[in-house]
Amino acid sequence: MAAKTNRLGRGALTALTWVIALLFVFPVIWMVVTSFKHEVDAATDPPKFAFSPTLEQFTTILDRGFLPYLANSAFVTVVSTLLVLLLGVPAAYALSLAPIKQTSNALGFFLSTKMLPIVAAIIPLYVISQNLGMLDNVWALVVLYAGMNLPLAVWMMRSFFLEVPTEMIEAARVDGATLPTLLYRVVLPVVAPGIAATALICVIFSWTEFFYAVNLTAAQAGTVPVFLVGFITSEGLFWAQLSAAALLASLPVMIVGWIAQNHLVRGLSMGAVK
Amino acid sequence: MTTLAEAPQAPEKPPARPRAQERSAAWRRRAPLLPALIFTIAVTQIPFLVTVFNSFQSWNMVRPGSQHFVGFDNYVDVFTDSVFLQALLNTVTLTVVCVFVAMLLGLGLALLLDRAFLGRGIVRTLLITPFLILPAAGALLWKTTMFDPSYGLLNWALGIEVDWLSDYPLAAVMAQITWQWTPFMMLLILAGLQAQSREVLEAAQVDGAGRWRTFVSITLPQLSRYLQLAVLLGAIYIVNSFDAIYLMTQGGPGTASTNLPYYIYQRAFEGFDVGQSSAMGVVVVIMTLIVATFALRLMFRTFDVSRGVK
Repeated sequence: MAAKTNRLGRGALTALTWVIALLFVFPVIWMVVTSFKHEVDAATDPPKFAFSPTLEQFTTILDRGFLPYLANSAFVTVVSTLLVLLLGVPAAYALSLAPIKQTSNALGFFLSTKMLPIVAAIIPLYVISQNLGMLDNVWALVVLYAGMNLPLAVWMMRSFFLEVPTEMIEAARVDGATLPTLLYRVVLPVVAPGIAATALICVIFSWTEFFYAVNLTAAQAGTVPVFLVGFITSEGLFWAQLSAAALLASLPVMIVGWIAQNHLVRGLSMGAVK
Repeated sequence: MTTLAEAPQAPEKPPARPRAQERSAAWRRRAPLLPALIFTIAVTQIPFLVTVFNSFQSWNMVRPGSQHFVGFDNYVDVFTDSVFLQALLNTVTLTVVCVFVAMLLGLGLALLLDRAFLGRGIVRTLLITPFLILPAAGALLWKTTMFDPSYGLLNWALGIEVDWLSDYPLAAVMAQITWQWTPFMMLLILAGLQAQSREVLEAAQVDGAGRWRTFVSITLPQLSRYLQLAVLLGAIYIVNSFDAIYLMTQGGPGTASTNLPYYIYQRAFEGFDVGQSSAMGVVVVIMTLIVATFALRLMFRTFDVSRGVK
């Protein structure tokens, strides 16, 4: 009897979990549904659940010049993430495996830069970019996104580096390995999953970044969030088109995040464990 | 905490070396850190120092040559500006409410996910999706398909007619931001739940502790550092919220949903008032640093940063 109610309870809990999850993610499901609608079916009262699907909105989005924005986003995201790794991996090494005396100061400094509101520096950044001819230039975003993600990346990667057994490093040192060899042959294989998790989080934050992109880029170097801003004026009229654009803009990071969700969990939680 | 079992190592005395050699060895150790440090200083600190300089200037971008030193005038203006005070209040409300609610929801969802059931992987995938949606896309979608007074799903589902963005602008923005950040909290807390030792949980059950008792006396204490990390990271990002306000309400109606990032942006890019917006930026930084000092101290105590420092 008790076992039966227990199983019933479990079934109910599972059903409840599913209902909550579907409700929670419903705005996303609705976005996907709406993106396949004709404009006349998109904004209706009551909302239409049955309609004849179309790919019209996606072709419209591509015609409105979406691809260059997508290419800018991809370039900025990939290059800034690589830059973060290039600078962050040695820094994480210096703060974990071969720790310097000022480790906690350096870590505190990195974390404190995350607490500077980015809006406080936007005018100088705007003026500096203007003087360097870097306004509406993808490289400005590459540098700024790297600066934005580097502190968190150093923190996260340091936690992963602390996982490397010190005996392995000592052994390699005794064998006369130079620093690059040591990093590449001994440390890298152990920390590679952690670096992947860190890179994933940098990719998500770079892809979704809005403030710098809107203020420092326009038609030339605009990323996908800048493309979406074009819809702010067409509110209520082009919901299907907006949904299609939102879906296309989010899809790359959604797919990457779905595939690598275990990395995401690991990456985020490392900071808590260490 | 597993590292506590390590045997304490006997301190080794470094052999006496000439000072210069020691110094160069210290610099060799620091070398891998320097590029990242210099880059971070250049990208984040120098613009901020320029902001501090600008905050003592009267400078309007539409009047070339208007730039001159005015001392603390901008700061006096900032603190007598009622919109600034309103934006400050809105920022605090938004951050506290969003972080707290997202953490509670995240905790609830994580608890639901922390058991084996049919389709668990799919449910987790669904639940993390709002975090992966472009925030700009999320904000625009909520503004239209959810909150629209005539065609929005929310009014349809509840059977009411409310103009959410006009009548409850700050609450609407907070709902969207909370929705966006709940999966982040959930993932962190879920990682914490799964790091619990099964033996301790089973032992508690054997000892006859009920579910609630086990949760309060065993699970929550073990979760505390995950919760703290979630709050800290969530607060860092939510305090800077800009997309949702820019895209959903433009800070309005009036200044009802203006937060500090949005107000500083308005003063700078719509008012062209470099001096005053810089002063606001500096004030925000100082306030953030005061709060952060406490948060940092907490963080260092909790995560024991000295570990691994030889």
